[in-house]
Amino acid sequence: MLDTLKSRIFQGKQYIKDIRNASIKEEFRGFPVIKEGECDSSICPTGALKTNPLSIDMGKCTFCGVCERACENIKLSNGFKLSSTDRNKLIITSESDYETYTKSAIEIKESIVKTFGHSLKLRQVSAAGCNGCEMELNACSNVNFDMGRFGIDFVASPRHADGIVITGPLSENMTFALENCYNAVPNPKIVILCGACAISGGIFQNSETLNREFLEKYPVDLYIPGCPVHPLTFINGILSYIH
Amino acid sequence: MLKIKNNTKININEIPILQIKDFREEIISLNFRPIGFFGKSSENDSVRLFAVLADDKAGDIYISSTKFSADEKSYECLTKEIPAFHIFEREFYEQFGVEPLNHPWLKPVRINQDKYEFFEMTGEEVHQVAVGPIHAGVIEPGHFRFMCNGETVYHLEIMLGYQHRGIEELMLISPSNQLAESICGDSVIAYNTAYSQIMEILQDVTISDRAQLIRKAALEMERMAIHIGDLGAIAGDIAYLMGASVFGATRTLVINTMLEFCGSRFGRGLICTGGVNYDFTEEKLNQALKTFEKVIKDVERMVNTMLKSSTVMSRLEKTGTISMERAKEAGLVGMAARAAGVELDSRFDFPDKWMSELKIEKKKFKATGDVNARFKLRYKEILQSYSMIKKIFAKLQECKNQDLFTSASNNLSQNSLAISIVEGWRGEVVHIAMTDGNGNLSRYKIKDPSFNNWYGLALAVRNNGVSDFPLCNKSFNLSYSGNDL
Ligand code: SF4
Ligand code: SF4
Repeated sequence: MLDTLKSRIFQGKQYIKDIRNASIKEEFRGFPVIKEGECDSSICPTGALKTNPLSIDMGKCTFCGVCERACENIKLSNGFKLSSTDRNKLIITSESDYETYTKSAIEIKESIVKTFGHSLKLRQVSAAGCNGCEMELNACSNVNFDMGRFGIDFVASPRHADGIVITGPLSENMTFALENCYNAVPNPKIVILCGACAISGGIFQNSETLNREFLEKYPVDLYIPGCPVHPLTFINGILSYIH
Repeated sequence: MLKIKNNTKININEIPILQIKDFREEIISLNFRPIGFFGKSSENDSVRLFAVLADDKAGDIYISSTKFSADEKSYECLTKEIPAFHIFEREFYEQFGVEPLNHPWLKPVRINQDKYEFFEMTGEEVHQVAVGPIHAGVIEPGHFRFMCNGETVYHLEIMLGYQHRGIEELMLISPSNQLAESICGDSVIAYNTAYSQIMEILQDVTISDRAQLIRKAALEMERMAIHIGDLGAIAGDIAYLMGASVFGATRTLVINTMLEFCGSRFGRGLICTGGVNYDFTEEKLNQALKTFEKVIKDVERMVNTMLKSSTVMSRLEKTGTISMERAKEAGLVGMAARAAGVELDSRFDFPDKWMSELKIEKKKFKATGDVNARFKLRYKEILQSYSMIKKIFAKLQECKNQDLFTSASNNLSQNSLAISIVEGWRGEVVHIAMTDGNGNLSRYKIKDPSFNNWYGLALAVRNNGVSDFPLCNKSFNLSYSGNDL
């Protein structure tokens, strides 16, 4: 008992007090800052990088840093609030800046705020990702990020959920389970795509074993870029969407 | 069979092509451990089957092959003689349609899950529990079918493949470090190291000592972080929430240190073919050492508190036990094998030059094969990784001013086969690549340690309560994505 107490005391308080204004070390590769100019787009492993005008599609980007190291017109800043309700807004050009992006990328709907603002239970479905995004989503609930304090939780049963969070590029083999799970969630419900894989197929986009028809059938409410998605990106994305 | 070393290449034409009868006999008489057993499409719809065996004691790798013409669709299986081949032969059958006759259990590996009829037990009070592919927590998908009598598990069948996304094919059309990092996202460093080494071998590049050491340090940081996280997950599964919190928070310190080194908590972007992209500067090394010192103190304190608690021990001891004989027979590798007394660790069995130069030695471990052993072994390995990291960091200070990156032409040597084994935190990650006459990749074979170990989990839960499954599962913490490719 005494040992347990000691361990407890040594730990102190671990949680990040102000999640919304937290910062990540500057080494983190997040929101792209782009100057119009040249860059060889063939170096990008996912086709996220385009020229004329120079742009990065955060829905495809793995934030690998290859372009930043090869070309002086691109810098990946440590801006981590990357989520958007609009797929097209994820495409960043020299005209975008972080401040404006974070204010306008998420369209706030009154009905969402009213229904989910105080409590949002999510069922996560992993569909052929690499376990990177899953580990970060798990971290959202640990003592540091403590997402539960905002009433946001992952639940076991889709029947208890208000929506699903999809990670991975959607394999053929998960098609049945994914749709089943979605249908088991009661209305109204939301769909969140988490990570480059889910949003665009990411690094696996050319695989023949994927089946992304689910996304043509059902509407997507929130896109959260990353590879993997950082816990602060995830929590802030959701908070902005439901508050 | 042809004898080669880890991290080398050979000309494919040097690999013997034996008659299937001789091929089988040689494998059986050598009786070494399979680390690769895979087909490759050849001319006129024939299939060439390669076998790669590890002689762990001598640090040698043996390789041989046989050929099946288009109308030869079967051969006598090896599994009956050497059970560890069971999963390899299932995979070869699934990928190339050549049937290993008399295989005891030729079920799918990654495809056709819906057509498979599960093994059924009948009898009074026998029932089945089906779980997945979507599990209760935030984890990867897989289907588990328990045959139970009351609370006791008689048998567990595991059906995987839900994460299958055609990695081996993608590796041929668009190979990249980023793809290598995304094969198994909890072993980014191990996978990207193996891939980069393969590419460097095929390009005849030798990278600087500094780059080698940075990769090696990162590999041990990855091991430390995941093992600490797993101690927390085990604590969580026995409802010891204090442990779950403390280990969770200490793991955060390690992965945040990784972020400071390279911009990603899991080490993405750190390693590239030809070296590394980010330097471990002196300032960052010193900061990291301070952090790790605290991490180790916290982990030590928490582990010792847990091990003194009888309620903890009663859950860990004698739960999910796998004997050494069974582990060996089934072909288990890595941490799960070591916890059962099978001493396989490719860091020591196929050592690079640093292991002797830095005087890194194997530690003894009292293996009992249960959850308790897998818990304690993780703790031991965390301490070992920490001591390795200190040595590597000290050595890094000595090789300043070396290039982080060594460039080479992108041309790969032709008609070659290269092999690289890296000991990730779960066990050996094996990458084998082949090139054609134009220097293009023509086959890329990956073996995750989980490929061997999933069956070990199924054996470990026999005769345990079904409610202990999550605990057993966490103690193995196997990969779905690495298995499913
Ligand atoms: S950081 Fe994104 S845009 Fe740049 S090369 Fe990597 S994937 Fe492409
Ligand atoms: S987005 Fe990246 S980290 Fe997430 S599942 Fe895909 S490959 Fe893994």
